Amino acid sequence: MFGLIRLFSGHPLPDAAKLVFYRPDFYGNPAKAFTHEAMRGSSAWSVGDRELMAAFVSKVNQCSFCVDAHTATSGQAYRDSPKVQAVLTDVESAPIGDGLRATLRMLAKLTRDGMVSAEDMRNVLAAGVSRQQVEDALAVCAAFNTTNRLADAFDFELLASEDFEAGAKYLLKRGYR
Amino acid sequence: MTELEERRRAVPEEDKKREAHRALVDRILHGPGKASPEQRAQAFNNADIPPPLKTLIGKVATRPTQITDADFDAAKAAGFSEDQLFELVISAAVGQSTRLYEAGLAALTEATSDGNGD
Repeated sequence: MFGLIRLFSGHPLPDAAKLVFYRPDFYGNPAKAFTHEAMRGSSAWSVGDRELMAAFVSKVNQCSFCVDAHTATSGQAYRDSPKVQAVLTDVESAPIGDGLRATLRMLAKLTRDGMVSAEDMRNVLAAGVSRQQVEDALAVCAAFNTTNRLADAFDFELLASEDFEAGAKYLLKRGYR
Repeated sequence: MTELEERRRAVPEEDKKREAHRALVDRILHGPGKASPEQRAQAFNNADIPPPLKTLIGKVATRPTQITDADFDAAKAAGFSEDQLFELVISAAVGQSTRLYEAGLAALTEATSDGNGD
């Protein structure tokens, strides 16, 4: 099956895809369903915003494979790679809205410290983010804290940048299912 | 609109994401597997892990960038199969991210239950 996909796409299948094809009943199928819902299900956050959150959480976790994969996907979704790079370089000065900036700050703290306070959440809400948007962002955070760990544990191999761009195109067209 | 009404209105979308997450957790903890449900629960909770697995599972949960082949080799030498380790590593990863998800949702509930939220 991997060979077939490679034949059609002309690009190697990323290890992230192989992981969900391996014993899919145990992890792949339910994981894809959750990740797809978090990343492509109904939300007031755009696909670009959610892919940016995925890249940002991955950066906090220092997961190179996931940072590269979701930087490419967010950049394509926004049609603005420099914006994504600016966020990953310095979220405080990046050209994004205050709500998204406050949300990213909160996700970074939760991922790094394992907890956030009610005060942290009030700061996000005060920046104009709805309760539902916070929940949606937490779902993205949960999905990528899982994926980052598995990428490290199973040693996902980095791809050439054109292969990450091809993967991003696939994720935008087909999602995570 | 009262907070309760707003919560009711928000239920369907909230449910879809959280329901999909619950289904994932239920599957890896309680569905068929090569590792026992008890072993999967220990890995998920990162608690009461037997010594040959402790380093690997602890690293998956809290410092995944430091996982090495030696951590897997130690677990295999103690008799764990690759299929069992696959399940236990996944259980540990989903367990840690579930704790983060729940901590975030609890903080959000606290922030919005005293009238200061949206």
